[in-house]
Amino acid sequence: MADATRTTTIDGNAVSRAWQRTSKIDPRYLIAFLITLVLVAAQLRYHMLGSYDRLVLALVVCTGTEALLSWFDRGKFVNLLSAYISGISLTLLIKPQGGALWPFALGGFLAISSKYVLKYRDNHLWNPTNFAISALLLAAPDRVSVLSHQFGNDLTTNLVIWIFGLIIAARVGVLHITLTYVASFLVLNGARALALGQPVMPEIAPITGPMYQLFVFFMITDPRTVVRGRRRQIVVAILIAIMEMLIRFASDQGWPLPTAFSAAPAFLALAIVGPVAKWLDLRRLGVQR
Amino acid sequence: MPHRPGHRTRRAIIAIPFLAAILLAMRLDRGPVRASSDATHPGFVLRDQTAAAGIDFVHHRPSFDPKIAGVEPHVAALGASVSVTDFDGDGWPDVYFTNSRFGEPNALYRNKGNGTFEDVAGAAGVADLNEPGEGVSMGAVWGDFDNDGREDLLVYRYGYLSLFRNVDGKHFQDVTAPAGLHRWMNSNGAIWLDYDRDGLLDLYVTAYFRSDIDLWHLTTTRIMHNSFEFATNGGKNLLFHNVGGKFEDVTDQMGVGSTRWTLAASSADFNGDGWPDIYLANDYGPEELYLNDHGRRFQLTTAGLESESKSGMSVTLGDAFNRGRLDAFVTNISERGYIFQNNNLRVNEMSGSHRFRNVAEGAIADAGWAWGAQFGDLNNDGANELFVANGFISANRNRSYWYAMSKIAGANGRLFEDAATWPAFGDASLSGYEPSRVYLNRGVAGWVDVAKKVGANDLYDGRAVALADLSNRGTVDVVVANQNQPAVLYRDFPDSANHWIAFKLIGTRSNRSAIGAEVLIEAGDLKQRRVIDGGSGFASQNDRRLHFGLGSHEWVDRAVIQWPSGAQQTVVRPQIDRLVTITEPER
Repeated sequence: MADATRTTTIDGNAVSRAWQRTSKIDPRYLIAFLITLVLVAAQLRYHMLGSYDRLVLALVVCTGTEALLSWFDRGKFVNLLSAYISGISLTLLIKPQGGALWPFALGGFLAISSKYVLKYRDNHLWNPTNFAISALLLAAPDRVSVLSHQFGNDLTTNLVIWIFGLIIAARVGVLHITLTYVASFLVLNGARALALGQPVMPEIAPITGPMYQLFVFFMITDPRTVVRGRRRQIVVAILIAIMEMLIRFASDQGWPLPTAFSAAPAFLALAIVGPVAKWLDLRRLGVQR
Repeated sequence: MPHRPGHRTRRAIIAIPFLAAILLAMRLDRGPVRASSDATHPGFVLRDQTAAAGIDFVHHRPSFDPKIAGVEPHVAALGASVSVTDFDGDGWPDVYFTNSRFGEPNALYRNKGNGTFEDVAGAAGVADLNEPGEGVSMGAVWGDFDNDGREDLLVYRYGYLSLFRNVDGKHFQDVTAPAGLHRWMNSNGAIWLDYDRDGLLDLYVTAYFRSDIDLWHLTTTRIMHNSFEFATNGGKNLLFHNVGGKFEDVTDQMGVGSTRWTLAASSADFNGDGWPDIYLANDYGPEELYLNDHGRRFQLTTAGLESESKSGMSVTLGDAFNRGRLDAFVTNISERGYIFQNNNLRVNEMSGSHRFRNVAEGAIADAGWAWGAQFGDLNNDGANELFVANGFISANRNRSYWYAMSKIAGANGRLFEDAATWPAFGDASLSGYEPSRVYLNRGVAGWVDVAKKVGANDLYDGRAVALADLSNRGTVDVVVANQNQPAVLYRDFPDSANHWIAFKLIGTRSNRSAIGAEVLIEAGDLKQRRVIDGGSGFASQNDRRLHFGLGSHEWVDRAVIQWPSGAQQTVVRPQIDRLVTITEPER
């Protein structure tokens, strides 16, 4: 019994040390690791890419645009890790008509260039991938759709991504954002279903899907576009969930919104609420990064 | 951090291509920058002559157990089928439609040879097949299973299979029980094929819902697929071996018992080894190719099909690019803003790389919620066009189920496997009111939709498509069975300047229907292959006679017939602009 306790303590210390060591890692590497894990798992198990040319194109355009614009704008080349993350995210999320490749090229360019154009006090306001996806869905709804179901609707794959995602979100210090959004989603949409007399399960079902996994781990928690302060981040996460609930309510009622709102309400909610919150936050802080 | 001088100017410069990219996306949303040029002269027109032909068939969808009332429009959205044969042997192709509501009859339209048809299903004994306890019809395929020279009929249902022997070209006898086919299956497809080349037609029946499910007396509502992409909880497909008129279930022995929610099957010798293989279009899953190992067993092979998991609605075979090989066109689902699964045009490279290569892009990739499709040379120019039926559920034009579908489609499979968890359909449409597509084959220039231009303008919920030269004019008429709606007959009027040839094959060592026989014609630089299908597309079967357009070619150098028995026959310089009848050499 004593030995077992000691072993547990040693193992616990080892885990603790490993956990501590990860604090020295740039959060972007952890996020890049997670998105790569998602991509590899999805491709190996479900062949979800369709073709590798779209992956190559998205990565080349994202990293190339980042390198070019950072040199042009700042006179130096920046770390390309966030461009890599955007490239992978776009590859996972964009589903074009007829296997067209241009959405990956345009999406990649829009994602990265938005960071250099849509700025306030030298901070970009939109998560790059969120901006690109939202822009494409609104500008080209007849040619571009967003990932709506993938990864085989499989519990095991979902669990793996959720476990890694939660660990990394905790390490990066954004777990409270993820959990707040998920809790808000469940409460708000459950309440919406009850208020409208609809079954609850279909309304909360989307949160179990891969599109939302990408959303809660890579978009809503983007360290560069979240507001400062834990409490404010929680409030913004709730506001995003409220906006999404309102969009869903409008879709329930058949209001004539662009299809993008019905097809990807979470993305549009973030695209609306996120920049406003960030702008107010930057205005409040009154500092330049 | 201090800004470099001129940062506002640089930002403005970056904004220019940024805005241009958004504008470009908006422009590309409207379609190709360069419009197709030769689509203005498709070389044929299609005229709706349904009423003039006396075809007044209307399909009625079924009703099921009230426990699944919320999703009934979805579950009951299949059953309109059409299959063609000359059942009375008078030289004129006849047409059989299935109905899917209890008490509603199926219809057998006998071709009177004067451009009109009469429904003789009642007199023939193949009308009243939709009864409680028996199930409702989902489709039918014709094949001479007893080689007596008369086409027999297999009807598959959500319910029991039924086999009808053609007694005298006028009447049919139900031989289901003595044939050993009294099996309950929730089936949406079946094909005849002679997999062991013994000269007798065998039967492959696909299953959609599990076969232990009685949709009128449900013991559970957990009847739906458990994945939108990789579901394997569908019914088990069955292969029946014809042993002198009795059918033995050899599914497990032959290794073809897929449970992937199969919606359609087609058969041909894809790898050129002389044995018929089986190609499956599966809903909620990847396509499957079963290669026939000399009639001893089928091997499931990937052949590049595993790389894309979609929702296969139908599979049809044709020589898309005149390479002398049979390619596969598989329809899928696309809905603007929600999902682009894209259709697959899979070029057969089995003899080289042992793979099928998907080359669908542009217009042909997105037909909407596409169902049955068939290759046919509608303008007789020597290249196959594609007719694709579209649309799933046309109800309230102002209510779409797509938003509701998007909620559950991304969810975990355990949730939507239960029909009771689906949002109620109500009167919503789901990809309704979609037009048919008629893709003109422009070779390397790609395919272009000319449906409106040629006159295929209906907005029915198309399901099954069958092609046949109904008036023996050297044309490819199109018959479409529409779900819960009237059937449509489009008569084909191609440019008269083009030549054609058609073949009627009669098997001797092979099955009498010659199902599985392939004809390769060579006319100068034109080379094209066709196969006699025992079921093709979705819930459909084309005319036995193989029609080839020849364009300006005034002769055919030779026609090579690969009989199902393995025999090969060459016909030199067959006469063109007519039907050529060829009987298989005895030895």
